[in-house]
Amino acid sequence: MGELVDDVMALTGRHMRHILRVPEKLIGVTIAPVVMVLIFGYLFGSAMTVPGNGNYREYIMAGIFTMVMFSAIGTSAAGVADDLKNGLVDRFRSLPMSRYAVLLGRTVSDLAMTALSCVVMAAVGLLIGWRAHHGLLKTLAGFGLLLLLGFTMCWLGALIGLVVRSPEAVNTIASLMTMPFAFLSNSFVPLDGLPRWMQIMAEWNPISAVVSGCRELWGNPSTTVSDALPAQHPVLTALLTCGVLLAVVAPLSSRAYNRAAAH
Amino acid sequence: MAIEAEGLRKRYGDTEVLKGVDLSVPEGTVLGVLGPNGAGKTTTVRILATLLPPDDGRATVAGHDVVEQPMEVRRRIGLAGQYAAVDERLTGRENLTLIGRLYRLGRAGARKRAGELLERFELTHAADRETKTYSGGMRRRLDLAASLLAEPAVLFLDEPTTGLDLTSRMTLWSMVREQVDAGVTVLLTTQYLEEADHLADRIAVIDKGQVIADGTPDELKRKVGGERLEVSLADASGAAEALRMLERVSVGPAVTADDGRTLTVPVASGIGAIAEAAAVLRDRGVEVTDFAMRRPSLDDVFLSLTGQADGAETIEKQEVTA
Repeated sequence: MGELVDDVMALTGRHMRHILRVPEKLIGVTIAPVVMVLIFGYLFGSAMTVPGNGNYREYIMAGIFTMVMFSAIGTSAAGVADDLKNGLVDRFRSLPMSRYAVLLGRTVSDLAMTALSCVVMAAVGLLIGWRAHHGLLKTLAGFGLLLLLGFTMCWLGALIGLVVRSPEAVNTIASLMTMPFAFLSNSFVPLDGLPRWMQIMAEWNPISAVVSGCRELWGNPSTTVSDALPAQHPVLTALLTCGVLLAVVAPLSSRAYNRAAAH
Repeated sequence: MAIEAEGLRKRYGDTEVLKGVDLSVPEGTVLGVLGPNGAGKTTTVRILATLLPPDDGRATVAGHDVVEQPMEVRRRIGLAGQYAAVDERLTGRENLTLIGRLYRLGRAGARKRAGELLERFELTHAADRETKTYSGGMRRRLDLAASLLAEPAVLFLDEPTTGLDLTSRMTLWSMVREQVDAGVTVLLTTQYLEEADHLADRIAVIDKGQVIADGTPDELKRKVGGERLEVSLADASGAAEALRMLERVSVGPAVTADDGRTLTVPVASGIGAIAEAAAVLRDRGVEVTDFAMRRPSLDDVFLSLTGQADGAETIEKQEVTA
C-alpha cells in the first residue's frame, strides 16, 4: 500500500509538471469553464425562464459544473492514449511497480485538475449571482458529488483511451459522448417538455442525478417532474449510479491496462 | 542461463505469430535476434519482458518464470523498446528520476542515479531541457539510460537503433558494449545485420515465428558458404583465360559478373589458394585492378535463410534508414 502511494505520488508529480509546461492544459481547466459559466449564464439566462419563477443562473450552475466534470473523459482518454502511443505504457509495465499505480496516478491528477476548475467556476458563479443556501456542509457535499462524478469520468476516459488507443480517435469519441450524456439531462433545460421515454432516460442519466443532487444540496431551483426514484432522491441516485459505473469501469480499465500494447 | 525460452507460442486471431520459439542466452553474453519485419521479434521480447503472456511454452529470465513471477523478473530486467519511451514534456533528468522512483530507488537515490546515468550517456549538457528538444540519438540514449536505472542483470533492446544515423548508432553500440563488459546479459533484436555482427556473441535468425538458424556470426557465415576470391581485370578480353586459370585453385564453379571482367571463385580458406591464384595471374601477365578475399556477410546468411524477397526488402530498408 505504501508503495502504491509512492508510485502514485511520483506519477502525479509528472502530470503536474505537464500542466505547468503545457499552457493550453491550464487554460483548458481554468479559462474554458469560466467562459462556459458566462455564456450559459448570460446568453441562455436572458432567454430562458425556470418554471416556478426560479433564477436561471442559479439553476444552470449545477449543470455547468457537471458538464466540466464530464469533460474529464476527454482529458484522461487523451493522456492515456498518448502514453500508449509513445511507448511509456510499455516502459511502466516492465517496471516492478503496482499495477494500479499508472491509472490511479492519471485519474487522481486529472481529478485534481477538475477540482481546480470547480474552484474557479464557483468563484465566477458567485460573481454572477449564484448562491448555495444550505450551509457549508451541504455545499461541500454537493462538490463531493461532483468530484465523484469527475473521478468516475476519469476512469471511463482511461478505459476509452486504452481501448481506442489512437489519440485522434479518442477526441472524436469523447466529444460524441458529450451529446447524449451531457445534453440529454436536466443540466440546461427542465425535462417537462420532453416525451416520456426521453424523460426516463434523462432522469436515470447519472449526470441528471448529480445535477439534481447539487441543486437539492445547494437549495437552487429544481424542476421535479415525476415520482420516479431519481427525481425524488437525486443524491442517493447520484451516489448509486456513479458508484456502480465506477465499480464497473475501474476494473475494466485495469484489465485493459494489463493487456495494453502500443500497436 | 540468463534467458531460457522453450516452445513459445503466440496467436493473434488467425495469425500464429510465434510457432514455438526456443532461445537460450548464457549470462554476460549478447544474443542478437535477427529477422524481417513481422517475424515475431517484438512479440518474443514482449513475452520475455512480462508484457505479454505466451499461449504456450515457458520462459525464465534471470532465474524467474515470466508468467509465474513477473514482479521478480521486472526487478531484474531493463527494457528499451522500439521507440524511445520518454516523456517529451519532462526534462531528461526528470524522466530518469521518475523511472528511478518507480524502480523504488527512493527520491534521493533516484536523483543520484539519474545524475550518474546522464553523465555516462553524455546527456549532462541537456539534462534540464525538455526531451522534446532532443535529437533522435539523444532520445535513444536517454531511453537506454532509463532501462539501466536499477542496474538490471538482463537487458532487452528491441531494435535500439532503428532510424538512427550511423554516428548515433555507433555511439549507442559502444554504450551497449560497456554494459556487456560490466556483466549484463543482452537480448537485442535488429533488422540490421551489421548491428548483430557488431554486438552479438550469438545470433538467432527468426522468420515467420520460428528460429530458423542460430550460432555465432562466424558459424552462420560458414553455413552459407566459404570464402571466395574476387578478381577484377583491367580489360574484359582476358577474362576467359583468367577464369580458366582461376578454376585451377577454385573448389566450385567460378562466376563472371555482368561487367565481364569481375570474376568470383570459391576457394579453400588459407593463404595457399590466394598465393597460387596471384602467382598464375602474374605469370600470364593478366592485368588485375582488384584482388580480394570475400567472406560471406550476414546479408548473405540472411538472404539464403529467409528467401530472397524478404531479405532484399530488409536490406533496402536498411539502406533507406542508414
